[in-house]
Amino acid sequence: MAQADVPDPDAAGRELTMSRAMVEAIAHEMNESRDVFVMGEDVADYGGIFDSTQGLLEEFGHDRVMDVPISETGFIGAGLGAAMQGMRPIVELMFADFFGVAMDQIYNNMAKTAYMSGGSVSAPMVLMTAVGGTYNDAAQHSQTLYGTFAHLPGMKVVVPSTAYDAKGLMHAAIRDDDPVVYMFHKRLMGLAWMPAPEGPKTGVPEEPYEIPFGEADVKREGDDTTIVTLGLHVHRALEAAADLADDGIDAEVIDLRTLVPLDTETVLESVQKTGRLVVVDEDYRSYGVSGELIARATEGALEDLEAVERVTAPDTPVPYARPLEEEFQPSAADIVAAVESVRE
Amino acid sequence: MYEEMVTARYYEERLQEEYLEGKQPAFDISAGPIPGELHLAAGQEASAAGVCAHLRDTDTVTAPHRPHHVAISKGVDLKRMTAEIFGRETGLSKGKGGHMHLYDPDMNFACSGIIAQGCPPAVGAALAAKKRNTDDVAVAFLGEGAISQGGFLESLNLAAVQDLPVVFVIEDNDWAISMPKARVTDVEDGSRRAGGFDVRGERIDSDDAVAVYEAAETAVGRARDGNGPTLLEVQVHRRMGHFMGDPEAYRSDADVEAAQERDSIERLADRLREHGVEGDDLEEIRERAHDRVDEAIEWAKEQPQPDPEDAYEDVFTDALEGWPERPERELAATDGGER
Repeated sequence: MAQADVPDPDAAGRELTMSRAMVEAIAHEMNESRDVFVMGEDVADYGGIFDSTQGLLEEFGHDRVMDVPISETGFIGAGLGAAMQGMRPIVELMFADFFGVAMDQIYNNMAKTAYMSGGSVSAPMVLMTAVGGTYNDAAQHSQTLYGTFAHLPGMKVVVPSTAYDAKGLMHAAIRDDDPVVYMFHKRLMGLAWMPAPEGPKTGVPEEPYEIPFGEADVKREGDDTTIVTLGLHVHRALEAAADLADDGIDAEVIDLRTLVPLDTETVLESVQKTGRLVVVDEDYRSYGVSGELIARATEGALEDLEAVERVTAPDTPVPYARPLEEEFQPSAADIVAAVESVRE
Repeated sequence: MYEEMVTARYYEERLQEEYLEGKQPAFDISAGPIPGELHLAAGQEASAAGVCAHLRDTDTVTAPHRPHHVAISKGVDLKRMTAEIFGRETGLSKGKGGHMHLYDPDMNFACSGIIAQGCPPAVGAALAAKKRNTDDVAVAFLGEGAISQGGFLESLNLAAVQDLPVVFVIEDNDWAISMPKARVTDVEDGSRRAGGFDVRGERIDSDDAVAVYEAAETAVGRARDGNGPTLLEVQVHRRMGHFMGDPEAYRSDADVEAAQERDSIERLADRLREHGVEGDDLEEIRERAHDRVDEAIEWAKEQPQPDPEDAYEDVFTDALEGWPERPERELAATDGGER
């Protein structure tokens, strides 16, 4: 799919962390429209426990950056009610793991309002939430759950991997007329207490810009094997691709950037070129994103496919102890091994 | 109020007739002109009419799975609502919602088929009103079977802590499907739950539409004046089963008879007669209401079925591309061997 006309990250003249880039987009949109406001747990005085709303309180005050009771059904549903009135709330669900307590408001109400009303009522809200492990917080605070949200129709699902993408996707999410679930990986945010890998801190233009949904980004071009991934694992895949290049293997790394809509076309074009597909996903293995990508590749490019493999979290709750979680998490070495395997 | 109550009662009676058509002698829920489940609210008219009498078009109402009487009292387009219940193309939701999911943006009316889950969006509508400095209010209706739900209790708390213009209305019809109220809660007066959130609560212990009207006048006025939420509980009654086709084996005949005897519409008619309204005037209102209902039902039945292809529309406001077309390529070029 053609890349949209967006400003060049390298010409920005400054670098931001992913959280700063997200906040910059939110602040811009809040200045543009009184209908945009932020609501969630610890988003005001704390600034978001993953810095997702850092500094907004000082600029906009408690009326527009609202701390709410620990009451996800109540405040996510209230965000929906405000969105149905034409406002554009950004509601933070602190951890994606917590969606169970508010699931009805998310998938029965927020996601289905447009459909059940026959298109007469929309829900232009952003549900922002933190995903992922790598910090030993165990099974109830480390899940990615991309597949769960993407499986249920009616929500767009966005997963940025760099500061540049995070800002452009946030602008697009707030301006979108449908509910958007914006899933950011904690490890990419640039937190003082959770150092990010090399990569998510990028050049970010000061002006607002949108990254359109449904346009995957080829983060590294290559001819030998297609690696499709998202979120934190874009960086692990790039690390793996660098290692593979040392051995003369030229891997292409595709960052999906949005799961709904999904840019199947870019994946198929790449697979038609390389003939080999490795899907990398921090979410559980079964019935999820990895299976979906492989199904689409099979439907669209069966004749070109010579080998397929997936590198995912196992179908196991996320373990706590460091060696256990490291075993659980797909690593760059796992990706290298998978690429070597599909080339045999 | 009287006209709305009469309209709602006759509407439910007519829907019952239509619904059962094609479902006899052996009950088949998917047969007949009205698809799916049908939850009727005959006996609950007083609460909806008494509360909605104080509402404007710009005020928001969310209703639960038993929504018709509330929708009628709020002024939802009766023809398009009926077409929606019949699953027709010109229905409020183009046949995608059905009777539990009625949306009328012109009247700021919405439903949720899941109990108590209309409460949080009502709080959100009230939040929007407050942020936009209007004096609009929001009303969430729920049944007494929903008062143990987190969605209700969280909404009550959130509305209280934010001082939002919301009125919660519990319609206590004594039954949560097959569970009598006494087995659902130890708190007989559901409005007392408001005290736990420092919210005002009031129970109207009868089907008296005038009593509801008076209590709602205070509650809606309080919300409109910026003085925060109120919880009302109204004792209504359930004249029919939980859903159409419910044999009500769990319910005693005496209980059904008692519900049938308590008639809020007759009670209101008596009140009106006492205040000098002529019997002919009441009959005229009744005839007008019946004509309107019959007309809506006849209109709805004449409406076209939706085009099957329309099932894929309206998932998003701007249509996403669907599954990819299989790319064109020369099959001979691939032999499955080395590339």
